[in-house]
Parts: sequence; C-alpha cells; structure tokens
Amino acid sequence: MATDKTNLQLVVNGILNENPIFRLVLSMCPAVGISTTVMNGFMLGIAVLFVQVFSSCTISLFKNVIHPRIRIPTYTLTIATWVTVIDMVLAAYLPEAYGKMGIFVKLIVAFAIITMRLEMFACKESVNASFWDGIGMGLGFMFGMMALGFVRELLGLGTVLGYDVLGFKPLLFFVLPFAGFFCVGLMMAFFNYVEIVYKRAKRA
Amino acid sequence: MHRMRRILLSLVLLLGLPVLAQAQELIAGKSFGKATNEIVVTFAGPVVRAVVEDPANYRVYEEQDPDILLALESVVLAEDQKTATLTFSEPLNARLPHVVTIDRVGESGAAATFTVMKPYLGYLFSILISALLINNFVFTKYLGLCVFFGTSKRKDTAKGMGLTFTLVMVVSAIMSWFFYQFVLKPYDLNFLQIVIFIGLVSLTVQAVDTVLRKVNPALFNAFGVYLVLVIANCVIIAVPLILADNEYNFWESFMLSLGAGGGFLLALYLMSSVRERMELANIPPTFKGVPIAFIVAGQFALAFLGFSGLTLF
Repeated sequence: MATDKTNLQLVVNGILNENPIFRLVLSMCPAVGISTTVMNGFMLGIAVLFVQVFSSCTISLFKNVIHPRIRIPTYTLTIATWVTVIDMVLAAYLPEAYGKMGIFVKLIVAFAIITMRLEMFACKESVNASFWDGIGMGLGFMFGMMALGFVRELLGLGTVLGYDVLGFKPLLFFVLPFAGFFCVGLMMAFFNYVEIVYKRAKRA
Repeated sequence: MHRMRRILLSLVLLLGLPVLAQAQELIAGKSFGKATNEIVVTFAGPVVRAVVEDPANYRVYEEQDPDILLALESVVLAEDQKTATLTFSEPLNARLPHVVTIDRVGESGAAATFTVMKPYLGYLFSILISALLINNFVFTKYLGLCVFFGTSKRKDTAKGMGLTFTLVMVVSAIMSWFFYQFVLKPYDLNFLQIVIFIGLVSLTVQAVDTVLRKVNPALFNAFGVYLVLVIANCVIIAVPLILADNEYNFWESFMLSLGAGGGFLLALYLMSSVRERMELANIPPTFKGVPIAFIVAGQFALAFLGFSGLTLF
C-alpha cells in the first residue's frame, strides 16, 4: 500500500494540515519550555527534523524484517540511536546553542510525534515517501517552534533573531519561562478564531 | 549491688566524657551561611580578632579534593567575638562536606580543623520537596505536558495516572541508577545513556504491566490503561538523565524520583479539579478545550513560581 500523494504534498501536509504543534497538539514540552526566541526554535527544529527523517528512513528500510509484536521497542531504540547521534553532534559543534536547549535535545527520544509518524506512516510506505514525510513533519515542527519563538521574542524583547526591531520591550512577560503556557494557549485560540471566522464567511 | 553501682558510674563517666571534651573544644558550632558563599563558625570563647579576621590563616577545601583550596574573600567576626562569617569568592557546593582549617587560633597558636556539612536527612528531604514543589516537573520544568493535558480531564483518571506514574518512575529511576553507576560509568559507555535509559523505562513498564495483570487483576483494570501512556512521557526519561548528570547516590535518586512522581500527581490532581469545574463555566468558543487548559496551566505555573524562594535546610 503506497501513498498516492506527491513528495511536495507530503511536505505541505506536515507543515499545514497535520502541523505537529498546532494541529496534532503533540510535543508540547519544548513548545512551552524553550520557545523563548526564534533561534532556539530553529535549533531544536533542526534536531527534530534530523531525527524524524533518519528514523523514518531506517524504519522504512527495515519494515519487512521487523516483527509486528516488537515494533514499538524497535521504533524507540531507533529513535534513541539517532537522538544520541544528534545530541553528540550538537554538543561537539554548537556547544553554546546546545547549552541553551539543555535536556530537551535528549528528550526528543520521548516525543510522541516521531513515534506516531513511524507507526502511522513509515512502517507502511516506501523509503522515498517516508523521507519526504519526515521532512514535512520536521519542517512543520520547526515552523511551529519558530512561530512561537517569533511571537515571544518580538513581544518580550522587541527583537527578531537577536536584531532589535521595535526599539522597546512591549511585554517582558512573554520571555519569562511560564509565559509559554499562555502563549501556546493564546495562539491556539487565535487559530480557532481564524477557523470560526473563515467558516462563517464561507457560509455567508 | 556494689558492682551495679560501679557499672553505672563508669557508664555515666563514659557518656559524660565526650560532653566534657566537647566543652573544651574551640569550635562550638559551624554551618553553611544564609548566602550560598558563606560558612558561619561559632567559637566556644572569645578569640583574637586579628588572627580570626585574617583570611591568610584559613585553608578550606571540599573533602573529596584536598588539593583544590577554595578562595576566601573575607572573614568578619561579630561583636560578641565568637561568631565568624567566612565569605568566599564563589558559591559553595553545600551538598559536599567542606574541611576548614584555621591556623594559630587556639591557645598557644594551635590550629583547629573541622568539617562543615549539612544534616544528611534534611538534605534528602530537601531534594524531595524541591522536586515536588520548587522544581515541579510540570509547572517549572515544562516536561510531560502531552500526558498532562491528555489525562487531566477527570479527577479519578488523574489520580490513577499519577499513582501509576510515580510507581514506574521510582522503579525505573532506581534501575537506571544501578545501570549508570555499575555498568555505564565503569566501562565508559556514557554515550549510550539515552538508549539504555529508554530501554529500561520500556522494560519497567512491560514488567509492571505483566506483574500487575497476574497479581492484582482489579488494580490492573483500573490502572492498566495508563501504563502505555507512561512510555510517551518525557518526565520519565528526564529523571534518569538528571540523576546521571548530578551523580546522585542511591537515596538521593530515590528521593528525586519520588518527588518527581509526587509532583506530577499533584499537578494532575490540581489541574483536573479545575478542569472539572471549567466544564460548567461559560468559556468563549475559541478557548474551549485545550487553549483554556493551557491558560490555566500558565496560572498554576505562575503560582508555583512562588515556591522558588523556598529554602528549607
């Protein structure tokens, strides 16, 4: 059974229709914990993209030799291996950014989104399709994290990617750690509002 | 009768001697100060101010590294000439015992050496309270949120999830502590941490699942559903990683995992109580469901911020 979507559709699906953060409401911990700046979101996004793509491809390659009863432990160990790889790479080459993300890089191993994609997609589809699906999911996660980081950095510090844009700090509240909850909640409400308005406009 | 009295007398002497000896000791009390870079020493009697207030007379090091002397910035003797406050240029690691030597302070210029350490039980208890309230894993470390929002709709579910979670947490943390101390560290396999820990967690969940099914089917029916969710929770993998990072010993690991599990239970229970009431409230349609739950969690996080100033021991 192969998917009938083109590669581009798979990528767009991950970014919009099934965006991990805003649509599937998965992987909320980093979305709340370290989305204080755009850069943080981008770095963790890269790490997740890497793990998602490589785990998807690995599982897809070996899907015929994995016994169904032990598939979940297999997925977990595959993800853990790739997380170890990216963890060591980041610690070696980008120690500063790695320090900011702290324990969250290692915790990618427990992200529900990656296991879910392996279970729902990679174990049935070809390597090529899994690769593009992984890219889409990873980019979707990165997009969500960066959007959150953008709002929080702009409103909290008045900067974007470290460059001063506004010249003043509108609401310092938003860069404080716990504001992640409020920020995610408000953004979800905003998307719901857009959806409601959109439906209303369609009906009229 | 006579013999009895003699035994009693010698017992009293034996018990009393240390007290007498203590009374002659120069140092009456020592502890870590209020600030993180302070040690407070109380002398038994008045001492010479010029000697005590000279930092050159001191040698302070952590008990495990006698070679590394800690930089002492200043010593201030209080008005009563008995209490001296040692201020260091860097914060001290209050978890470790510190050895302090003061030269020329005693009668006829003898040096005094003593060890400053925190009461251990108090320290263990402070780890528990810290993981439970001050560093609550959900509200101040932002971990385990998927499961937190998923299972906090009903109080019963919250209680079941929290208890199962605490059990698995303690068992898996202790197992990973053993693995880390006796396999990973001696054989220099630290890079396998993530793989080993996630494997152990899945193993524990499987084991608890199997044992519970056979031993107590009633309990299994109540809690079995939550077991699967436990694997997908990042707190459960975060705890072994934190234990390994901090090099905690067995009892410290036990207390931290208990505190982390208890903290999760507390967070779930608080959240579910609010969400049960929220169902009756009139919430704007855009905020219904998950968004309002996030706002409430944010308010809890704000409230838990108040615990951050709490120091117990």
